[in-house]
Amino acid sequence: MMNHAAKAGKFLADLKRADWHDQTLWIMRKKRDKAVSCVPEWEELRDKASQIKEHVLSNLDAYLLQFEVEAVKNGAQVHWAFDSESFNQKVYSIINGYQAQKVVKSKSMLTEECGLNPYLEDKGIEVVDTDLGERIIQLRGEPPSHMVVPAIHLKKEEIGELFHSKLGTEKGLADAQKLTSAARQHLRKKFLSAEVAITGVNFSVAETGTVVVCTNEGNADMGVQIAPVQIHCMGIEKILPRVEDLGIFIQMLARNATGQPITTYTSHYQKPKPGGAMHIIIVDNGRSEHLGNSKYRDSLKCIRCGACLNTCPVYRRSGGHSYNYVISGPVGSILSPIYSINKYKDLPFASSLCGSCTNVCPVKINIHQQLYSWRQEIFEKRLIPTSKRYGFKFAGKILASSRYYNFFGKNIRWALKHLPRKVLYHRINIWGRCRELPPAPDKTFNQWYQENYKRN
Amino acid sequence: MNIKSQIGLFIPCYIDQFYPQVGVATLELLMKLGLDVGYPLKQTCCGQPLANSGSEEDARDIYLNFVNNFSEFDYIVSPSGSCVYHVREHYDILEQTEEVRRVRQNSYELCEYIIDILGIEDLRIDFPHKVGIHHSCHGLRGLKLGASSELVTAHYSKVHRLLEKAKGIELITLDREDECCGFGGTFSIFEPDISVKMGKERILDHERNGAEVITATDMSCLMHLEGIARRNKNKVKFNHIAEILNQSRL
Repeated sequence: MMNHAAKAGKFLADLKRADWHDQTLWIMRKKRDKAVSCVPEWEELRDKASQIKEHVLSNLDAYLLQFEVEAVKNGAQVHWAFDSESFNQKVYSIINGYQAQKVVKSKSMLTEECGLNPYLEDKGIEVVDTDLGERIIQLRGEPPSHMVVPAIHLKKEEIGELFHSKLGTEKGLADAQKLTSAARQHLRKKFLSAEVAITGVNFSVAETGTVVVCTNEGNADMGVQIAPVQIHCMGIEKILPRVEDLGIFIQMLARNATGQPITTYTSHYQKPKPGGAMHIIIVDNGRSEHLGNSKYRDSLKCIRCGACLNTCPVYRRSGGHSYNYVISGPVGSILSPIYSINKYKDLPFASSLCGSCTNVCPVKINIHQQLYSWRQEIFEKRLIPTSKRYGFKFAGKILASSRYYNFFGKNIRWALKHLPRKVLYHRINIWGRCRELPPAPDKTFNQWYQENYKRN
Repeated sequence: MNIKSQIGLFIPCYIDQFYPQVGVATLELLMKLGLDVGYPLKQTCCGQPLANSGSEEDARDIYLNFVNNFSEFDYIVSPSGSCVYHVREHYDILEQTEEVRRVRQNSYELCEYIIDILGIEDLRIDFPHKVGIHHSCHGLRGLKLGASSELVTAHYSKVHRLLEKAKGIELITLDREDECCGFGGTFSIFEPDISVKMGKERILDHERNGAEVITATDMSCLMHLEGIARRNKNKVKFNHIAEILNQSRL
């Protein structure tokens, strides 16, 4: 398996596409800047949002139980799933209980995380993702490259090709409006025949037992209103205490994600429709364990706005698929090692630690500090190559003693000055592949100081 | 304990070895400001290159060497926002003795020290050039030397404040005012393709907007950018902020 650096190198090999990707996401960052600057109290909202999330994480058991009681009172059926396997089974058994075959699903990172689609497809269920971006990557058999705009890595022309082969549109179609229209007609049929609608959950409210889903396409509503059975899948961390808390998050989510004041649709689902059934599945899948880890529990505050991806200079230039985890970008790099530090050990290093992610985060997750902490842990667990490990140990000894430091410094400067260019810029010099080495002055500052300034 | 009423000058390892002129400029400037500056000869490094790579445990002795060299000074001043940020933020793994606490509290980046502690803004500088300021991330977002573009706060920049009064200077504006240059310590080696790409784009932004000189509070960013610029024969020049501030006629 290629690591992030290798995949990033491959992504950058197509320079034009890489620049286009960077600029597209930078435009989202600029739109976000403009939208949040219209809210003078933005930084206070971030404080409040962070405090509410921290409060929820500290009282999660109570709020989840309260939510269940309220939701059941409303007529919903509440299920609990400990891990992805039990979640997938639960979804299937609900679908199977209605002898249903056709499912439409709106955007949900949780179902991506649990691998719901392949599980259901194996059982012979047709699952159609109804968010346009999700449908595109589903037709391509790809994971999302961005948690908010899952097909951001694709150009119109590529989508035209895809729709030509999968939906029978005319060849060479690259008009966004026509492509969208083709997708709408295709999806309309799926909506009309769907027996079950699955949605993700952006927020859920403990005091009312409501789940809230934010979309721009109205596809969650279309699914839920037509199919007799609705299933809402939420991670345990999605809960908010009161309806009034929602106001803070709804103000922030779309502004920070895409620069819109609010998503086109903010749907509150409270009870089943007449004659229909409403199921809510509350999923843990590693979150409780995560919650017990004081260093990293903050990352459970994430509301999946994607702003840390849009601002990240590394994400923009390496693309979401270089992360090899369902949630890409900075927040994915602190979430993924919780599931497997060995498998995702490269991700905390896929950052220059510039800290821009932490500054855009609406719930103030200290993302860059968690990246730093993960690096320490990966090192301690000896998950980096032995040569690197001993290299750093050796460097630690040298840099702790001025005698060794001066000795090595002198030799490095001698080498920089006297070795032939061919040797200095041998391929093992990674710095030198695309950069000149620094100059090699005759004297260090220390020497200069001793000659010019040293008193007594 | 005999506490000297003095400034301890910390010259980071790579400046000491490769860019001594930046150390000289820093020292000369502090002396022009009438300060009593001491330079402990046994200083080496702040330990950041190891710690950012995950091996902070191997950096402990480096941290202790730093503390031993600087604990007696009233202020520790350094021409590097990144190293100062590291000392303040990450020396938390040491036992927090009186010395360690003093060192962490009293470490200042050069511009920060001049503005916040000395209260000086006009250094009477002559620098008739078009200058692009590269906001090094650890200085900007770590030490808060300025308001970073992500935050909804009043705009300020300590580096701007020191430079904007310079005679003849023209400070250019960038398309992306505070994007990272891609150095990131060992990130520059572990993720070389992204690192170089980020650097190239920073240089282009400065050149496109007319910079003759790119300056920064961190020579490490400039070492990376200059390394790329020299390879690609970009015309723009690089000066550490201390070299510009030392044009002071005080």
